[in-house]
Amino acid sequence: MHTDAGVEARLPIRSDMDLVWVRQHVRQAAARLGFGLVDQTKLVTAASELARNTLVHGGGGLMEASHVADGGTDGLRLTFSDTGPGIPDLDRALSDGYTSGGGLGMGLGGSRRLVHDFVVESVPGSGTTVRVTSWVSRPPRPREEA
Amino acid sequence: MPEHDTGGTLGTPAQEVGGFLRRRSEQVAQRWADEPLFRTVFTVSRDEAVEAGKAIVDALAHVADTQRVEDPDAAGFTGVREQLARMGAARSRAGLSATQVSAELAALLPPVENLLVADLDGQEPERVRECTTALSVLMGTLRLVAMQTALSEVQALTDRQRLQLLEVATPVIKLWDGIVAVPLIGTLDSARSQVVMETLLEAVVDQHARFAILDITGVPTVDSLVAQHLMKTVAAARLMGAECVVSGIRPAIAQTMVHLGLDLGTVKTRASLADALGYCLHELGANIVNAAPDGAGRR
Repeated sequence: MHTDAGVEARLPIRSDMDLVWVRQHVRQAAARLGFGLVDQTKLVTAASELARNTLVHGGGGLMEASHVADGGTDGLRLTFSDTGPGIPDLDRALSDGYTSGGGLGMGLGGSRRLVHDFVVESVPGSGTTVRVTSWVSRPPRPREEA
Repeated sequence: MPEHDTGGTLGTPAQEVGGFLRRRSEQVAQRWADEPLFRTVFTVSRDEAVEAGKAIVDALAHVADTQRVEDPDAAGFTGVREQLARMGAARSRAGLSATQVSAELAALLPPVENLLVADLDGQEPERVRECTTALSVLMGTLRLVAMQTALSEVQALTDRQRLQLLEVATPVIKLWDGIVAVPLIGTLDSARSQVVMETLLEAVVDQHARFAILDITGVPTVDSLVAQHLMKTVAAARLMGAECVVSGIRPAIAQTMVHLGLDLGTVKTRASLADALGYCLHELGANIVNAAPDGAGRR
């Protein structure tokens, strides 16, 4: 079956160059676990958004990738953590179009729609952790209407 | 204290090593020429290897004289840096890892150490030990200098290539009178997208372009920042009177953009560069007519 080598990783996020590594690693790990092209692209895009959040808003941090299994289904879990200022109003940060950094404001809310499970924990003043998980060949989560 | 017949002066251990290296530079270089590092780098002639070895021995002697055996920035190393870098680069090209190159450099120590011990024959064991220690520290520093030089070469190369990439990766191609295209390739980070925007806007002016096609076939990931860069470029081109068409949106990217909630809005998009060119030609009023299938043109 799969070897976890090539999937498990702890990558620092400190510069634009590190974002390139994050994207490449997620793409390779997703391909190794058997994700299809569309799901690979979704995961890589979500990872790119979240890693940039970690860099821009969190002042840098870490991405951990791990292989998870549920029954016979393989999944990829990505954890982005920083020790930045945290998110004061999570609901607002998750809504489309809200931005504090001059972007489009689609990053957090948008990446939630690109993955199956999305957990964000933020303590103002001590940092933010976003954990996303996607499973191989499972129907996408229904779109939540606000 | 027994006086060594050829050595004469008895300074610090480092100076003693310096004197030894100067006296025995020919022998040291001869022995080094047989080591894998020199044998594989200087393949043309053994004399060449011996000459190179002598240059390094001289540098080491100079460093030892100045008593800075543990200092990689010692002035004595300056002259041989380039040569060390060349030797290291040659070994790397041959497929050796940094660790292996380092091991080959380390292998240069034993022959010199044997010579030194033989040279110091008759001196107090304590003195001999001090001198061999000074020599191994000196050789360790040489190894450090070689690795440092190799690393800074790699760094310089990387910096150069990054600059080249900025320049090279954004050609603006004239497809037709009034139609220019930019094939975007790779990661669109802020620096790259700035270059793209500038070259595109200049081309719009220079070529009097009415249409500009941004082809993103070669962009692996379109996230919200990339989309934002694209929209800014499109808006700037529009201010200059050119209409932008974004082409090369692959199915996986299109689905991802929808889920992400990205709406390119008013931007014209087409699946392929050919479709985009067709659209622009049509808008310009140029018609492409296929030749008659029976070869009517040949009559």
